[in-house]
Amino acid sequence: MSASEVRHAGLNLGNTDELTHEQAESAIFGFWVFLMSDAVLFALLFATYGVMLPATVGGPTPASEYKMLPAFLETLELLTSSFTFGMATVAMKHAASRGELLGWMGVTLILGGAFLGMELNDFVTMFGDGAFPTRSGYLSSFFALVPLHGLHVFFGSIWIIVMMIQVVTFGLDARVKINILRLGLFWHFLDIVWVAIFSVVYLQGLIQ
Amino acid sequence: MMPQGIWPAVLGRFVWTSLPFVRAWEHPTASEIIGAGAASIVIIGAVSTVALIIWFGKWRFLWSEWLTSLDHKKIGIMYIVLAFVMLSRALIEAVLMRLQQAAAINNPGFLAPDHFAQLFSTHGSIMIFFMAMPFLAGLINFVMPLQIGSRDVAFPLLNSISLWLTGGAAGLMMASLVIGEFSTGGWSGYPPYTELAFSPGVGPDYWIWAVTLGSIGSTLTGINFAVTIYKMRCPGMDLMRMPLFVWTALCTSILMIFAMPPLTVATALLALDRYLGFHFFTNDLGGNMMNYANLFWLFGHPEVYILILPAFGVYSEVVSTFSTKDLYGYTSLVLATAAIALLSFTVWVHHFFTMGQNANINAVFGIATMTIGVPTGVKIYDWIWTMFRGEVRFTVPMLYSLAFMMTFVLGGFTGILLAFPPLDYLVHNTLFLVAHFHNMLIPGLLYGMLAGYHYWFPKAFGFRLNETWGRISFGCWVVGFYLAFMPLYVLGAAGLARRTQEVFETAFRPWLYIAGVGALILLCALASLVVQLWVSIRQRDANRVFAGDPWDGRGLEWSTSAPPPEYNFAILPRVHGRDPFYDRKRNGDPYAPSGSYHDIVIPKNSMTGPVIGVFGAATAFGLVWHMWWLAIIGLLVIIAAVVARSFARDVHEIISADKVERIEGRWLRAVVKATSIPRKVEMKPVNQGLARVSG
Repeated sequence: MSASEVRHAGLNLGNTDELTHEQAESAIFGFWVFLMSDAVLFALLFATYGVMLPATVGGPTPASEYKMLPAFLETLELLTSSFTFGMATVAMKHAASRGELLGWMGVTLILGGAFLGMELNDFVTMFGDGAFPTRSGYLSSFFALVPLHGLHVFFGSIWIIVMMIQVVTFGLDARVKINILRLGLFWHFLDIVWVAIFSVVYLQGLIQ
Repeated sequence: MMPQGIWPAVLGRFVWTSLPFVRAWEHPTASEIIGAGAASIVIIGAVSTVALIIWFGKWRFLWSEWLTSLDHKKIGIMYIVLAFVMLSRALIEAVLMRLQQAAAINNPGFLAPDHFAQLFSTHGSIMIFFMAMPFLAGLINFVMPLQIGSRDVAFPLLNSISLWLTGGAAGLMMASLVIGEFSTGGWSGYPPYTELAFSPGVGPDYWIWAVTLGSIGSTLTGINFAVTIYKMRCPGMDLMRMPLFVWTALCTSILMIFAMPPLTVATALLALDRYLGFHFFTNDLGGNMMNYANLFWLFGHPEVYILILPAFGVYSEVVSTFSTKDLYGYTSLVLATAAIALLSFTVWVHHFFTMGQNANINAVFGIATMTIGVPTGVKIYDWIWTMFRGEVRFTVPMLYSLAFMMTFVLGGFTGILLAFPPLDYLVHNTLFLVAHFHNMLIPGLLYGMLAGYHYWFPKAFGFRLNETWGRISFGCWVVGFYLAFMPLYVLGAAGLARRTQEVFETAFRPWLYIAGVGALILLCALASLVVQLWVSIRQRDANRVFAGDPWDGRGLEWSTSAPPPEYNFAILPRVHGRDPFYDRKRNGDPYAPSGSYHDIVIPKNSMTGPVIGVFGAATAFGLVWHMWWLAIIGLLVIIAAVVARSFARDVHEIISADKVERIEGRWLRAVVKATSIPRKVEMKPVNQGLARVSG
């Protein structure tokens, strides 16, 4: 194991010079900081959801709207997709061929798509019950928080597609590697946010 | 039949009376004519700027040297230009409001209530988001990378995107003068008044999208600065060796990263209410407007320190330089800065003590608020001790620093009064509050930015600003401030509510007159700044400081030529202490030619920033006017630009070692030829930017 690999256990930019590693460090750190800023956004929407939870105004309530099975399956899909993205980054580091990397990214994309499909289906079901965001403060806060996460997953999926194209076009140059690492952080971050949504929104709503 | 069918889809909510000219034609009142006049100024200003650029054939130059540049120095300068343009507009609005109140004693005055309300809304929004924020972002952009011995910020392209988002948002503010009207809901845009039920027009939408674009730009700027400071310092520059301005920049950036998102959430939720019929802050169906106040001030209070901390940094640099002394109590200043940044997140409720939460909550937040006075006091004492027995010179930046210390302490005292909830109940929403926050922000932001502008201008452009006009302008800013705002304390304590368009108490007349005169003097202050710039440019050849060190500076930014080369440092410096350049002048030769230079890689220009800024503004404009096609096109172009940019691989260019050697050689020869000068003549043309070092 060379010295540079020890220095950046998670990064593998090949046999590059020290400067490239330093730049990668800034790039990754910068993305971490961005995610922390994004986390504040979600934190405030969670807080808003908490404040508005009682404001059902005689309309649909959490207990009447949430379904445990789809929420649980969505959680499984997203957790698995985080695992498969982890496998993609491992493949980026160790695999001999690009095929393995592309394969794992493809699986992640499919899981992300399945999650989005199920989530949309949940929303359509809720609309069918008359649970529109315009119905009450509680539903407004639900439809600001949960679809915002969905929107993140949607853009994350587009990003996966873009990165798959770049892996094919450019191979694994330093920028592609850095961006896949950033995409990985983004994807795992969304996973964590979903765990919070599953616990705070769905579990809390169904336990009451 | 087709046109009727298609026009609403194309033009959205636009009707002819959206144009202030049409309104002034139909109802030629003073208020409408002023509105149309303002719109014409915007149009004439924009058209003549474009015409001048075409006349002089400078499009290509402007595009390739400035607008698409990723050089942090140029981006910084463009931010400050934007800040001055917006300062001019918002200051004129302030003067109009002062004159209206002076005229409207038992008399409707010359501004209609709605117009007056638009003025205080735009004045506040512009001063905070499009004057103060660009000014400090510009100053940090220009100075900070030079001070930490770096060639650029961590993400040069992101820097350009932030600039252009801010610029696009400022453009939207200007558009609101020409098409439609602005919000009448104040700079804080409180619902439910700004909800559709009470403000159905385009005004609040202009406010929402301008502020949202600007706040996204500021978040990205904060991320960029923080990463730059953490990761790009030159060898030897530990955190505790950073110049104090860098420390304040770091704390401000951290505040931006964590405090701008609450604003984005507040405006986005308000937009959901207005556009999609959600019920976050409405009066009915479970809306909760108190949540908005919390979200807004969760941003709003840290924002105060985002604005003030960089000015504290400037004062620290200025006081130390112009006293020729090490900064007194460096560690305590760093700790005080960090403490203020932390405490700023714990006091937001003091903006709405009267909202009805229980007294214990108010007490906690009141005490937290008073606590902020402690680190701030530490700073004031540190600056005073820095001057003590120093070789103090009363240059323009130093004058601003002294005026700041006196004035800011006064504002701090009234802040302690307001932090006391029972007292706050008495003067809440009166001019007392208006006096207080202007008393904090004019010295705590504007004076600091102006001090920084005078202090670093020679570094940025290679010549000093005119001293005489600088002093005249300084005098006007200080006298104007006291005349304009001290009466407001009296009026506020006597119960005059803020944002009042007409006054019914004749006893207020003298105070309102004095305040009106003060506002006019402040306008003279701005005019003198313009004259100063004009005179300084004409006399630039007499005041050149190409050698780069006009003030016997202390930090690395003074160790380059003025203006600095594109790459900042031919050889990245290595530092051994807090005032590296000052020490090197005394213990070595900072101008010793280097044996060998290397190729330097710098980022190529990119049009991504301008594209995102312009189409961001177009999206926002489409959303304001319900021109959905425009909003969708704008958004798609932005996404396409981001994706396309990620495919670009040819993004760097190289400055060859030969070229670096030529540039450095020219500068070093000029240094050898320059005459070194002692401090007492540094304000005279004999100053060529080389300091005489004694002992």
